[in-house]
Amino acid sequence: MNDAAMIWNLLAALLIGFAYLSAFVFIGGLLLRIALYLKTPVPLKIVQTPGPKSAPGVVARIAGDVLIFPNLFQADKLLWLGAWIFHACLFLILVRHTRYFLYPVPELVIDWQNISVYAGFLFPIPALYLFWRRLASSRVLYISGLPDYITLILLTAIASTGMLVHYFARVYLVDVKAFTLGLVTFAPVQPPQHPIFIAHFLLVCSLLLWFPFSKLMHAGGVFFSPTRNQIDNVLYPRYVNKWNEEVRVD
Amino acid sequence: MPEKFADFPATTLTWRKTNGGLAIPVPEMDEGIAAAMVCHPSKAKDMKPIALPTERVPHWQARAVEKLRELLEKYRGLSVYLDICAQCGACADKCQFYLGTGDPNNMPVARANLLRKVYRYYFKRAEKFLGGDAEPFNERVLKEWYTYFYQCSECRRCSVFCPYGIDTAEITMAAREIMACIGVATKYVTEVVAKVYERGNNLGIPAPAWIDNCQFLEEELKTETGKDIRMPVDEVGADVLLVMPSADNFANTDTMMAYGKLFYALGISWTTSTYANEGGNFGLFLNYQNMKKVNKRILDAARQLKVKRVIWGECGHAWRAAIYTNTLNGPMDFLDPPHPVHICQFTADMIARGAFKIDKSANDDLLITYHDPCNVARAGSLLEEPRAMIRATCNKFVEMPRNTIREKTFCCGAGGGLLTDEIMPIRMAGGKPRAEACRSTGANYLAVPCAICKAQLPEVMKHWKVDARVGGVHDLLSRAMVL
Ligand code: HEM
Ligand code: SF4
Ligand code: SF4
Ligand code: SF4
Repeated sequence: MNDAAMIWNLLAALLIGFAYLSAFVFIGGLLLRIALYLKTPVPLKIVQTPGPKSAPGVVARIAGDVLIFPNLFQADKLLWLGAWIFHACLFLILVRHTRYFLYPVPELVIDWQNISVYAGFLFPIPALYLFWRRLASSRVLYISGLPDYITLILLTAIASTGMLVHYFARVYLVDVKAFTLGLVTFAPVQPPQHPIFIAHFLLVCSLLLWFPFSKLMHAGGVFFSPTRNQIDNVLYPRYVNKWNEEVRVD
Repeated sequence: MPEKFADFPATTLTWRKTNGGLAIPVPEMDEGIAAAMVCHPSKAKDMKPIALPTERVPHWQARAVEKLRELLEKYRGLSVYLDICAQCGACADKCQFYLGTGDPNNMPVARANLLRKVYRYYFKRAEKFLGGDAEPFNERVLKEWYTYFYQCSECRRCSVFCPYGIDTAEITMAAREIMACIGVATKYVTEVVAKVYERGNNLGIPAPAWIDNCQFLEEELKTETGKDIRMPVDEVGADVLLVMPSADNFANTDTMMAYGKLFYALGISWTTSTYANEGGNFGLFLNYQNMKKVNKRILDAARQLKVKRVIWGECGHAWRAAIYTNTLNGPMDFLDPPHPVHICQFTADMIARGAFKIDKSANDDLLITYHDPCNVARAGSLLEEPRAMIRATCNKFVEMPRNTIREKTFCCGAGGGLLTDEIMPIRMAGGKPRAEACRSTGANYLAVPCAICKAQLPEVMKHWKVDARVGGVHDLLSRAMVL
């Protein structure tokens, strides 16, 4: 074996190791965080009123929060539009990517194929808008920190490298699929020798690593927000706080 | 008015009515403009009876971090809210204290970030590593906390506009609880809680004076109506224990007399208690323990007096705590269901059953508008009952712009323990949105079922030159009731 091949093999091994590490951290971190939320009591029933009076109502409220961001709509119409398109694109891109990890590819994913590609093209627009408003509005600038910018840049970089390998510097899809399926079946094979694809892949792994420790946890936490996921019935029946008895008042 | 006040950028903004709403002008940001407006610190004599350290505890930094850890383990809300805020800024211009002052730390998200940066420093190192704002709990941070967590009225308006319902009020409560446990609290709040333990009420009215006042009101009612309407105190075996804000006995006497007439007309026996002649719960602004202890007095009094029901009077913070009573001090099953009950629920129900003879024209001299106290409405779910009462007792009722009422109501500017004179500029600034909303209706009577609002809003109206009298909702019933 010549030197170049050896280096490549080493890089490939590192890449595969990094992929498994980030997947592990992502899944483990996410589950841990959610377990922590579930374990932590909700001492007082503090619901956003007027709220749902029944369990199905709560499901509808959360579904609404996840799908259409109603509170944001009331707060800021333009931000709502930007945020919604941003997330719709993310979602479509995510759906499209299941094709690389599932075999056979589900019908739905094939049906959504085209519109998902548009989502990839569209994505940088809302992302840029979100980035721009962080700088343009003095209030948002004030609250923005480095991680807020990095997250947006990271997502845009992922989407751009993705579009590059899809359109302009095409990567051979059969190789990609062999590689990704290899990863999910724990029989890893060599990644395609394509620098932009490797960059795309590395960026995604970084996103996974970052996810559980950052504000991106809103994607999981939105389901556990006590003001949104409880029935609005604080008066009846009696709501019990597990640690109430520990607080002595006599 | 302290000099600084005139400097708030909001003072010069113009407010405009749009179709049904109010165009809310957002001031330019002015960093630190409200930083000098801090509440007086607590005194040792008040800290002692409320089980808080009388001076800054040794190793206070470590103690505070330990307390934060404890609260994170006890409150899912805190844990989730600190984690998931997207820093989107949707809430930034929704707080009356930002709208009034333009101080960026009064943007709900920035206020929460004061705690979040400490959380990051000790508990979320990844974000700190990537350059997120993180700071150890030190003297500087403590000063920021003390300033800005006492410029938040815990009104929860911000949560209505947050895509995840992040409740900055809960973050404020956590920060205050942490400060309290190291011996840092405000004079006003601690003094009030200490008074409750000593005298039974927030104003420190001693029992003999309470009884005197009640007798005086009975005489007033006799002169006004010619009837023997009673203001009973400590009567064992009455049907109803009424816990009102003690200010009703002292300042808002029209409201208190209205309660008397109400029960007289219904023929229901009732009483007040000199052990618990206060509903307003300032423990809520301090920590869980004091909130529970203040509330406990009410149920103890109910047991002593052997009443069948407890009804909470026209008070916002009383009701916010009352809705937790069953959790904190319950089960309340020694009382007749439903419980707890707010007087507006009770009265609206009685009106609906046709229990009173009402002459609406008695209120024709008034154009009435209604302020939803945030604790009655947003926290306490009573949106319809007070309105039903007003409609049933008045001919002329006008709503304020829709983005300033119901669950989107603006706080009066003095809730959450801010009703203290040393921060008058903050109070007036925070009250500005309410004043402008009221002005836009042209009403001359602002009905409010909350004692803190009743103390704050007259000053707000005077300051912003809005010509409306502030009074209770029951006052209107009292005027219209034909006995
Ligand atoms: C349950 C799923 C999700 C919901 C309901 C949700 C909702 C929201 C909302 C309401 C905002 C605030 C508005 C804004 O600033 O754009 C937001 C911000 C954001 N979301 Fe999500 N999101 C979800 C999943 C995700 C995922 C999976 C990602 C990325 C992998 C993501 C990335 C972001 C980013 C980066 C921001 C901040 C945008 C900015 O900096 O302005 N979200 N999300
Ligand atoms: S709870 Fe009220 S006062 Fe506090 S930050 Fe939110 S809107 Fe402002
Ligand atoms: S609206 Fe909610 S998510 Fe957005 S900055 Fe405010 S608290 Fe954070
Ligand atoms: S005083 Fe009234 S408006 Fe202000 S916080 Fe309390 S209930 Fe809300």
